[in-house]
Amino acid sequence: MSFEILLSNAAALVVVVPLLGGAIAMLLGSSRLAWSWSLICALATFSLSLVLLSGVLSGENISYEMGAWVSPLGILFEIDALNVLLITLVSAMGLLALLYGLPTIDQEIDRHKHAMFFGTFLICVAGLIGVSITGDAFNVFVFLEVSSISTYVLVAMGSKQNRQALTASFNYLILGTIGATFFVIGVGLLYMATGTLNMVDISRVLAETGSDRVVRAAFAFIVIGLGLKIAMFPLHTWLPNAYSFSPSMIGVFLASTATKVALYMLIRFLYTVFSAGQSFETAMFDYVLAPMAVTAMIVCSVQASFQSDVRRLLAYSSVAQIGYMLLGLSMGTVAGLAAGLIHLFNHALMKGALFMAVGIAGLGLGVVRISEMRGLGKTMPLTAAGLTIAGLSLMGVPLTAGFISKYYLVIAALENGWWWAVVAIVVSSVLAIFYVGRMIEVMYLQEPPKTADDAVVTVRSPILPLVALYVLVIANVWFFFDPSLPMGLANTAANELIGGAGS
Amino acid sequence: MEMSFPIDIFVIIDLILISMLLVVGISIVRLNNLFVIVMLYGVYSLLAATWFVSLDAVDVAFTEAAVGAGISTVLMLGAMLLTSREAKPTTPIRRWGSLLIVGVTGIALIYATFDMPAFGDPNSPANSYVGLMYLKATITDISIPNVVTAILASYRGFDTFGEVVVVLTAGLGVMLILGIDSRRSRSGEVEDTGESAEDANEPPAVKETTKQIDALNHHIVLQVVAKMLIPIIILYALYVHFHGDYGPGGGFQAGVIFASAIILYSLIFGMDQTRRAIPPKLVQFGSALGVLIYGGTGVITILMGGKFLDYNMLDQSDTIHAQHMGILMIEVGVLVTVASVMLSIYYGFAGRYRQLKDQNW
Repeated sequence: MSFEILLSNAAALVVVVPLLGGAIAMLLGSSRLAWSWSLICALATFSLSLVLLSGVLSGENISYEMGAWVSPLGILFEIDALNVLLITLVSAMGLLALLYGLPTIDQEIDRHKHAMFFGTFLICVAGLIGVSITGDAFNVFVFLEVSSISTYVLVAMGSKQNRQALTASFNYLILGTIGATFFVIGVGLLYMATGTLNMVDISRVLAETGSDRVVRAAFAFIVIGLGLKIAMFPLHTWLPNAYSFSPSMIGVFLASTATKVALYMLIRFLYTVFSAGQSFETAMFDYVLAPMAVTAMIVCSVQASFQSDVRRLLAYSSVAQIGYMLLGLSMGTVAGLAAGLIHLFNHALMKGALFMAVGIAGLGLGVVRISEMRGLGKTMPLTAAGLTIAGLSLMGVPLTAGFISKYYLVIAALENGWWWAVVAIVVSSVLAIFYVGRMIEVMYLQEPPKTADDAVVTVRSPILPLVALYVLVIANVWFFFDPSLPMGLANTAANELIGGAGS
Repeated sequence: MEMSFPIDIFVIIDLILISMLLVVGISIVRLNNLFVIVMLYGVYSLLAATWFVSLDAVDVAFTEAAVGAGISTVLMLGAMLLTSREAKPTTPIRRWGSLLIVGVTGIALIYATFDMPAFGDPNSPANSYVGLMYLKATITDISIPNVVTAILASYRGFDTFGEVVVVLTAGLGVMLILGIDSRRSRSGEVEDTGESAEDANEPPAVKETTKQIDALNHHIVLQVVAKMLIPIIILYALYVHFHGDYGPGGGFQAGVIFASAIILYSLIFGMDQTRRAIPPKLVQFGSALGVLIYGGTGVITILMGGKFLDYNMLDQSDTIHAQHMGILMIEVGVLVTVASVMLSIYYGFAGRYRQLKDQNW
C-alpha cells in the first residue's frame, strides 16, 4: 500500500524529497550527520528518478497533476524521453557529487557551515530536477530561481580557499539574474499572447492564433535569458570563474548538470512551445545559433589551450562543448537534435569525471596549475588513469563515449550538408587533443617532484572520491559499448519533438 | 459620469505615476551617493505600489509596499553601512555599453507593445482563458472571495512552495556567507567553543560601553513610541495573515510585516537585546520550519491517498472546508519562513557592526 503511494507519486517526490531533505539537513548540527542524511536523500531521489525512467522506457509518458488540479488550472508535471534523461542525470550526479565531496569539503569549508552547505546542495539538486520535470512555463522560472540562487551560494563557498570565489559568485549572480529576468519577461509576454502557462497549452494556442510581435519578442527574451544560463557564446563570461573558484564538489556537479538543464529548457521552448517550423525560428537557428555554436567550439577551445589553471582549462572546454550541443539542436533535424542530446549526456559523464580527478589531485597534492600535475602518473596512479580516460573521452577517441556523440554529430551535419560544421568539429577536436594531451604529457612524461631523500612521494587518495570517479570513468567506457540507453531516449525525444512540430 | 473630463482620470493618474517612476529611475542611475540611492529605491517601490493599486492589482501592491518600500530599504541600508557611502564612478565604456543593452531591450519591449491587447480588454487571452476559469471556479472549488489567494495558495500552490524555498535559499546564502551569529564570525573562524568562552575574550569595560552605545538609549521618545507601536504592528501582521482569504494579504506580506516589527525593536533597543529575545538559532530553525510545514502539508495529502498539495484529501466530506484548512496550513508555513529569513538577513548584515550611532545615518 505505502509502496504503491510512493510509486504513484514518484514524479512529485523526486522534487519534494531533496527539497524537504535540504531543509532538514540545514538543521543537523554535525557535519557527518548532515552528510549522511544528504546522501540518503540523494539516494532516495536517484531511486525515484529510476522509477520514472523505467516508466518512460516502458513506453509511457508520465504526467502528474499538482494538487490534483487539471491543467491548465493547475501545474502539470510531464515526463517524457527528453526530460527523464535530464532528471536521471541530475539525480545521479547529485548522488555521485555527495559521495565524492566529503573529504574535499572538509578541507574547503569551515566545519560549522557543513550542515547548511549540504542543505543548500540538496535544494540545488531539487531545483534542477524541478526545472526539468515541470510542464508549466512559470513553474520553470520558480525552480530556475531555486537552482540559481542555491548555485550562487554554493559557488561563493569556495571563498575560504580563494576569496575570488566571492566575485565569481557575484558576477554569476548578476548575469544569472538578468537571464532569469529576461526569461520571466518572455513568459509574461507569452501569457499575454495565449492566456495560459502550461507549455503544451501555449503551443496549442500559438498554433491556432499564429505569431505576432508579442510572441516574437517573447521568443527573443526567452532565448537570450536561457542563453545566459546555458553560457551560450558570447554570454559565457560568468562560467570560467564560477567553475574554477567554487568548492571542487560544486565544480563537479555544476559542470555536469547546470548548463545542461538550461539547454534542455531551450530545447523544450524551441521545439515544444514555439513550433520549430516558424520562419523566425529557422532564421534564428541558421543565423544566430549555429554560427555562435561554431564560434564557441573554436574560440573557447583555443582559450582552453592557453590556460595554466586546470579547472579554468576544463571550464573553457565546457563552453566549447556546449557549442557542440547547440550545433546539434540548431540543425533542426531529428538526427541533429538526437546527436546534441547524446553529447549532452556524454559530456556530463566526461566533465564530471575530469573535475573529480582534478579535485582529488588537488586534495592530495594541492594541484591547481597544469605544471603542478607533473609525475601524477607515478604519485597518484589511479587518479591519473581516471583523468586520462575521461580526457580521451573529451577528445572523442574511439572506445570512449565521447566518440559516439561526435560521430553522430558529424553524420547529422553531413546529412544537412553543413560541411563547415564538420570542419569546425574537426578543428575543435584537434584543439581538444592539444589541451588534453598537454595534461597527459605532464602527468606521465615529466618526473614527479622529489623529496629530500630522493624518493617519489606517493599519495594515498581517500577511497570515496575514487569510487565516485571510477563510476563515471567506467560509464565513459560503458556507453561506448552499449550506448542504447542515452541513444534510445535521445532518438525517441527527437522524434517526439520534431515529429510533433512538423505535423 | 465625469463628462467634463475628456480623458479618464485614471489614465492621468497612471501617466503621472509612470513619469515619476521614470524620473526616480533615471536619478538612481545618475547618482553616486548610496544612501540617497537606497532612499530612492524605497520611493520607487512606493510609487510602483501606488501604480499597482491604480491597476487594480492590490495584492501585488501590498507586497511591493511591504517588501520593496519597507523591509528591503532597511536591509539595503544595513548592507550599505558595511560598505562605503559613495559608488565608484563607472568607466565610459561600461556606461555606454549598458545603455546600448538597455536601449535594445527597451526597443524589443516597445516592438511587442504594437500587438498587445488594450489594457483591461475583456477579450484578451489573459482575461478570457485561464484567468476567467479561475474567476469562475474559485467560488465552487474553494469559496473564498480573494481569487488571488485561491490561485497562489491552491491552484498554483506548488509555485508558491517553490517561492518559499527561494526565500529559504536566500536566507541560507546570508547565513553561510555572512553568518547570523556575528560573535562567531567576528572572532575569526573559531569552531564551536561555546558562547561563554568567547564572551570572556572581550574585556568587561568594552562590553559595557558597547551596550550603552548599542541601543538608542537616549531617544526616550522613540522608545516609548516603539513600545506602543510594536504590538500593533504584530497584531496587524496577524490580521494581514488571517485575512488573506478575504482581502489583499497573506503569509508573505504578514511575514515581512512581522519581521519589520522585530527590526524596529532592534533599531531602537539594540541588537543584543533582540538576539536575547529571538536567538539566531531560532531564526535558523524557523527558516527551515516554514518550508517543512508547507511541504509537510503536501506529504500529508499524499499519505491520505491524494496528489501532492491536494487539500481536498484533508476533509473528504467537505472539500471547501478542506481547501480552507490546506490554505491556512501552508500560509503558516509561508509566514514562518518569510519572517525568519527576513530576520536572518537582517541579523547577517546588522550583526556585523556593533553600534548604530546617530552619526552613522
